Amino acid sequence: MEELINLQNYWWLLNGVLGAVLVVLLFVQGGQTYLFSQREASHKTMTVGMLGRKWELTFTTLVVFGGAMFASFPLFYSTSFGGAYWLWILILFSFVLQAVSYEFRSKPGNLLGQRTYDAFLFINGSVGCMLLGVAVAMFFFGGRFTVTMGNMLTPGNPVISQWASSHGFESIFDWRNLLLGFTVLFLARSNAALYFIHNERQTADFVAANRHRVLVNGAIFTVLFLAFAAVLLTYTGLETVTEGERMFGFPGSFESVAGKYLSNFLAMPWVLAAFILGVAFVLYALIRSAFDTRFYAGIWFSGIGTFLVVLALFCVAGFNDTPFLPSLDDPASSLTIRNASSTPFTLRTMAYVSIVVPFVIAYIAYVWKQMENKERD
Amino acid sequence: MDELMSVVDWSRYQFALTAIYHWLFVPLTLGLSVMVAIMESVYLRTRSEQWLRITKFWMKLFGINFAMGVATGIILEFEFGTNWSNYSWFVGDIFGAPLAIEGLFAFFLEATFVAVMFFGWKRVKPGFHLAATWLTAIGATISAAWILIANAWMQHPVGQDFDPAQMRNVMTSFSDVVFNPNAVSKFFHAVFSGWVLASVFVIGILCWFKLRKAESGFFITRSFKVAAVFGTAGMLLTLWSGDFEARNVTKTQPMKLAAMEGLYRGNTQQSFTAIGIINPDKRADNDEDPYLFKIEVPGVLSLMANHDMNSFVPGINDIIEGKHINPDGTVTYGPSYQDRIESGRIAHRALADYDSAMARGDKQAMAAAADTLKAHYPDFGFGYLDSPYEAVPPVATTFYSFHVMALLGGYLLVFFLGALLIGYRKPQWLNSRLVIWVGIISVPLVWICSECGWITAEVGRQPWIVQNALPTKAAISCIGASSVKVTFWLFAAVFTILLAAEAMIMTRSIRNQRKELAAEPEAAAGKAEAKSDKTGAAAEAEADKKGNNR
Repeated sequence: MEELINLQNYWWLLNGVLGAVLVVLLFVQGGQTYLFSQREASHKTMTVGMLGRKWELTFTTLVVFGGAMFASFPLFYSTSFGGAYWLWILILFSFVLQAVSYEFRSKPGNLLGQRTYDAFLFINGSVGCMLLGVAVAMFFFGGRFTVTMGNMLTPGNPVISQWASSHGFESIFDWRNLLLGFTVLFLARSNAALYFIHNERQTADFVAANRHRVLVNGAIFTVLFLAFAAVLLTYTGLETVTEGERMFGFPGSFESVAGKYLSNFLAMPWVLAAFILGVAFVLYALIRSAFDTRFYAGIWFSGIGTFLVVLALFCVAGFNDTPFLPSLDDPASSLTIRNASSTPFTLRTMAYVSIVVPFVIAYIAYVWKQMENKERD
Repeated sequence: MDELMSVVDWSRYQFALTAIYHWLFVPLTLGLSVMVAIMESVYLRTRSEQWLRITKFWMKLFGINFAMGVATGIILEFEFGTNWSNYSWFVGDIFGAPLAIEGLFAFFLEATFVAVMFFGWKRVKPGFHLAATWLTAIGATISAAWILIANAWMQHPVGQDFDPAQMRNVMTSFSDVVFNPNAVSKFFHAVFSGWVLASVFVIGILCWFKLRKAESGFFITRSFKVAAVFGTAGMLLTLWSGDFEARNVTKTQPMKLAAMEGLYRGNTQQSFTAIGIINPDKRADNDEDPYLFKIEVPGVLSLMANHDMNSFVPGINDIIEGKHINPDGTVTYGPSYQDRIESGRIAHRALADYDSAMARGDKQAMAAAADTLKAHYPDFGFGYLDSPYEAVPPVATTFYSFHVMALLGGYLLVFFLGALLIGYRKPQWLNSRLVIWVGIISVPLVWICSECGWITAEVGRQPWIVQNALPTKAAISCIGASSVKVTFWLFAAVFTILLAAEAMIMTRSIRNQRKELAAEPEAAAGKAEAKSDKTGAAAEAEADKKGNNR
């Protein structure tokens, strides 16, 4: 049993790492939202050039994050994707548009014209980012679903996970989810501007324009983030009281706890430290990049800060007896990392596979370095 | 129930739509990536600018196609969750792992090195660039391996047990899942058929160049030779793996085999219907003749299925009745589908009993229910069926798709033998308009062949999403049919527009290349050919100067 708990913790942490990397890489999406606001054609060309070599990695990280969640927490995959149908379909739709746009936009005979593909990139950058934020917010603020295993044997309605009839629209229009959605969007825009400053430091007017963007988007992000943090830390969340009778503790019983996520931070000091450090890094990057004209390394601080904050948020969403997908309609149906996971065998097998992750990161870093170094030559 | 079937049907249509579009791009990616890697290897060895031009042109087409494969692929992965949520829980413990591994091992490899392929010519050393091209090809092939492992598991589930406490299948042997014989045959068949498709694509474009009077000898003859050899190898390997695949289907999905042949009553020395027209009024529960017309080849189906002309191949009704004809002609009966439905319902009741016993904490009753369930679990999926005839796949679709694939496969074998002959012995035949038109017309034919293969595999296994364990109708998500209808049409419109855009971009690129070739005098081309044979430092230095400055 202890092995299972360790594996579940490991996989939640690993998914958190993937989720955090994904949010860092969303600077590509953030950068796409500037395509229509570039005053100079050369700036647009530089923007597309810088993002066009990176978009595949954001896209791939999203796909791997989905695959890892499927392999490690299949009940989440089954419940959230099948239930919040429209939320996920719209996210996917925006990424489909992105996948072709970089390749097609400047090719002769592309049918729709360059502006249409740029519009696709803008949709992916804005709507995609915002909806991914909404999806992450559901880890805290829940969804309207029930899970009844016995439905498997019900003729005419054999579906174990049932969701509200609006199938995800209710989540998209929940103000708390939207708050995180817009926070992610403005973080991505800020990080994109920081990335441009770092990569095109020799183009003074481009850098200056992006310092202004950091100031504006960073200020909006900071306000939204502080509002989200205030809502999260005062939110009454669920806590597992007892696990259910099934092997994986389903359905379980839960009780509401005022300030649940604040108490999670306090119960896990390392997570709190990572969160505070992450916030400090991001704010330092934003403030210094906006005002210090000789400072170009903001993306490193903001990237590391973003990673730490998102990882910390994953930790408080899933650890410390907290359901990571609370059910608003039937709290007993809430999903935890205990009741939604794969079996020890699968988690262990996948854990062995995950040993390659550092090698994957290493070769990606090596290749990026090769490409960036020559670019500057 | 009508709403349920509507959701099931629309979810099926949506998945089929995505899969069909996805498979338009994937085989070309699988084959063209390897061909481009071969071409670049030759370039690096010869340092010929002509080979560099060949490499870059086919790489450009690869890139245009690659983006669409990526776009449609992401939808497929997530549709398991959005449209088949019950399935995602029922087998997620097994099925999720290959998808995650595919992402980790293959997608990152492709995503990282494809950027080097397209943007790295001036940024990395030639050897590094070549490695990136090969790694992209390897990444695409590894990706195919893992998704086909997942698909094969649905068609022949192995390495798992059903756990009543969790109401799902759980993995017990990862190696059984990975080395599932169906996965091995599917992997080879799909990948090699991708080689075939890409080779026909290349030859078709070269033929169009010839039709439009582009006379560059080097570009056309060298590309043609690579495609002819690569395609012939792919074709022979596709035939070999197809044979392997047919025997696996015979063993594990006999109903699919019967539907592929439109065979309702089988026999020993069973003939193969080479060409036929299915009687649309024929169903398993009536006595209509299965065919309106057919041409048979005696004994061949037995030979294909079991490598034994005297073996028995059961038809649809034989399988429903559990009938088997032994080599000595005697007839024996195993469990019929009606028996299996009853057995499946016992399994369902046992699972319900287990569930309620678990709620009461009655361990004795749980153990008794678990034993009953284990005994009847092989028929679990049948418990969802209302009648034995529900277990029959759409026969006409399966039959026609299989036969179109097989006939076109035979045609393509002849095509590649001809291509080899032209490439190495009779290059002048490439000036014949008949040969040119055969090359051009073969391009759509190979795509039809390839799509028909998948339609056979996927339609032929209906009604099962997991063979004998879960029918498609019990695998769905709790969504309204109207939602799925809207997304179906949304994806249909987007994929179609993007496909049209891709086709137009490719066409433009091909036309531009033709103009470039047509503008090139034969003499210059011949000179370039001669230059390609240069060896030594002088040639390398010259090529470095020209090629690497691109």
